[in-house]
Amino acid sequence: MKPILIKDARIIDPSQKIDSTGSILIAEGKIAWLGTGDQKPATNGHEVVVAKNLIAAPGFIDLHCHLRDPGLEEKETIASGTLAAARGGFTTVCCMPNTEPAIDNRSIIDYVKTKATSEGVVRVLPIGCITRGRKGEALADMGEMASAGAVAFSDDGSPVMNSRLMRQALDYSLAFGLPVIEHCEDKVLAENGQMNEGIISTRLGLPGIPAAAEESMVARDIALAELTGARLHIAHVSTSGSVEMVRAGKQKGIRVTCEVTPHHLTLSEEMVMGYNTNAKVNPPLRTRRDIEALIEGLKDGTIDAIATDHAPHTSLEKLCEFAYAPFGISMLETAFGMLMGLFQTGKIDLNLLISKMTWEPANILGDKFGKLGRLVVGNPADIVLIDPEKEWIVDPASFASKGQNTPLGGAKLKGKVVTTIFQGKVVFRE
Amino acid sequence: MTTNWHEDGSTILLPPKAAVTASAWRHHHILDLDDFTQDEIELILHITGSMKEVLARPIKKVPALRGKTIMTLFYENSTRTRLSFELAAKSLSADISNLTASTSSIVKGESLIDTLLTLESLGADVVIIRHPQSGAPNLAAQHIKGSVINAGDGWHAHPTQALLDMYTMRAHKGVIKDLKVTIIGDTKHSRVSRSNIWGLTTMGAVVTVCSPPTLLPIGFNQPVAYFPKVRIEPDIHKAIEGADVVMVLRLQLERMQSGLLPSMREYINLYQLNEERLKLAKPDALVMHPGPMNEGLEISTGVAHGSQSVINEQVTNGVAVRMALLYLLAGGKKA
Repeated sequence: MKPILIKDARIIDPSQKIDSTGSILIAEGKIAWLGTGDQKPATNGHEVVVAKNLIAAPGFIDLHCHLRDPGLEEKETIASGTLAAARGGFTTVCCMPNTEPAIDNRSIIDYVKTKATSEGVVRVLPIGCITRGRKGEALADMGEMASAGAVAFSDDGSPVMNSRLMRQALDYSLAFGLPVIEHCEDKVLAENGQMNEGIISTRLGLPGIPAAAEESMVARDIALAELTGARLHIAHVSTSGSVEMVRAGKQKGIRVTCEVTPHHLTLSEEMVMGYNTNAKVNPPLRTRRDIEALIEGLKDGTIDAIATDHAPHTSLEKLCEFAYAPFGISMLETAFGMLMGLFQTGKIDLNLLISKMTWEPANILGDKFGKLGRLVVGNPADIVLIDPEKEWIVDPASFASKGQNTPLGGAKLKGKVVTTIFQGKVVFRE
Repeated sequence: MTTNWHEDGSTILLPPKAAVTASAWRHHHILDLDDFTQDEIELILHITGSMKEVLARPIKKVPALRGKTIMTLFYENSTRTRLSFELAAKSLSADISNLTASTSSIVKGESLIDTLLTLESLGADVVIIRHPQSGAPNLAAQHIKGSVINAGDGWHAHPTQALLDMYTMRAHKGVIKDLKVTIIGDTKHSRVSRSNIWGLTTMGAVVTVCSPPTLLPIGFNQPVAYFPKVRIEPDIHKAIEGADVVMVLRLQLERMQSGLLPSMREYINLYQLNEERLKLAKPDALVMHPGPMNEGLEISTGVAHGSQSVINEQVTNGVAVRMALLYLLAGGKKA
């Protein structure tokens, strides 16, 4: 393939604190040269892409998505899910193991990897289960999955309710140095809950999920991380209390990291009014006060990464009584556009936003993935081009994802990924 | 003075000075009372009065809804609500069919929307729906052209019950404005209490809620925009003191099983409306209950059947209220 020169872009790479106009040369799937200002590469014979007024950043890394493959292919496949990722600017996605069967052994890790190689358009990193069948009863073969390529462990969708088993999982994970990702929700406290517990749930007459259902589990897990010294990563924090506890845990030197979703950063529980099943998600959309605390957590470093929790479902599954609809939002394709709203309203800096979607999530994956999320010569050429001024309207029917379940249908967003390059290959171009 | 209101000549009488006239009626569905104005509720109550008059005649039937098809779709058991709607429809000469979930294709897994579309294909002008899940009538209203009346959904709303309660209060007290209404019991799981709170506060009544803290909805009196303000008083004596109306809610026995209450005995001790406690209310206070009652649990038998009880009257008024709503939705010029 002919080398490509991305010319005159605003290059933003928070890992190197780069934010300046420049050019990037891509050859043989790698970043071959990078220069600022009017610098030109020594070589010739490349295709030139003029990226004036566009931002060039490392391809985004999503620590948390649901590709639904194997077993739930009516919701998503590795093909459709990775295409959706490419359209959203993601070049690396970590897929959660709540498939059918669950990704709890080597053969299913192998299946995901093989399928990702044959039909995926971006990098897929599988996350293996903590417990066998996600049942919360016995540890899955974590070592075997680690050697097959699992990048982390999680029973996402469910917490490990049994504290002793969670302690053992954290202890055992030390042998592989991989993070344990917990979906923090006390299932007993949250039983049958449909949305955030508060005045809106009272008005709608829906059983609520109190913030304490998440926070009590965050507290327990931080205590267990301290006890074991293992690496705990908390999925989708959604409440101000969770942010406070992670902040305190980090100050104590406990090895805890956490992520937040685009929807918890931008949408509040009011979105559910009218029994909008497309706004039904777990953890539930919370209050405006929680949103402010989450943004504060991003800014002060308490929250390490933005992860989509992309959870596609079929339209039919969402077209029903609120309590019967599954939880989840199809998020890969709208994530960046939604987050740009935080930048446009002055709530967060663009460099910070990109930082939380690139090298910071890569850091959570550990040294093995140290090259991801950084525009460094020799690294895989995973690059996204962004038009920060482009206005667009969310049209779920045009999603690459099979999941059209978004509460943003018809919303006008400003800022869009216009080109996604994975290992030097253009996998999406507007 | 009364005005001959119905154009086909049947004498349904509209009392004068109704602030909103039937021609200004803007609702296509009755899902909850949260989007009803004081004038609109007043209009419904006025027309209910006319319907009461129809029901008092020797031949209690008018041809107002002749040729209209009304269907009830009940996913939950009901005695009085379903019967009341059926009688209301028949008194207005509508055709009514009843579908209950246990005897239909619903047990074969047909979805709510498909069931509704079937009813629509069969010509339903109005679908009356009761459902264990909050919001089901709202969903229904998005998918059919006909009108939807919510006959009770989950914990959310039971607007026709609240309207018949308000009608009963108004019949005895003249006006609802400034009435002190105390609601006692499981307000958390009660659609009746939610709709009454909306309706009563819209009409200017002052509502006091008396519930065990485990059976009180979350977040009352926080941002006013999402729910009306109520007075919360866990002490039954203080809650009843000076009340014009005491409304008792049914206590579901499963609340004990799920640990929300320690025992039936304790509930009776702390929250039962009995003769002694009722004395704290105004001497002419009304006692109401949406039914079905657990006599001897949330309400003593003496109070339930005492001189201040209007519980049976509530049931009677339910027919007239539902006639008024069916008339407003399916009758008149919009036919």
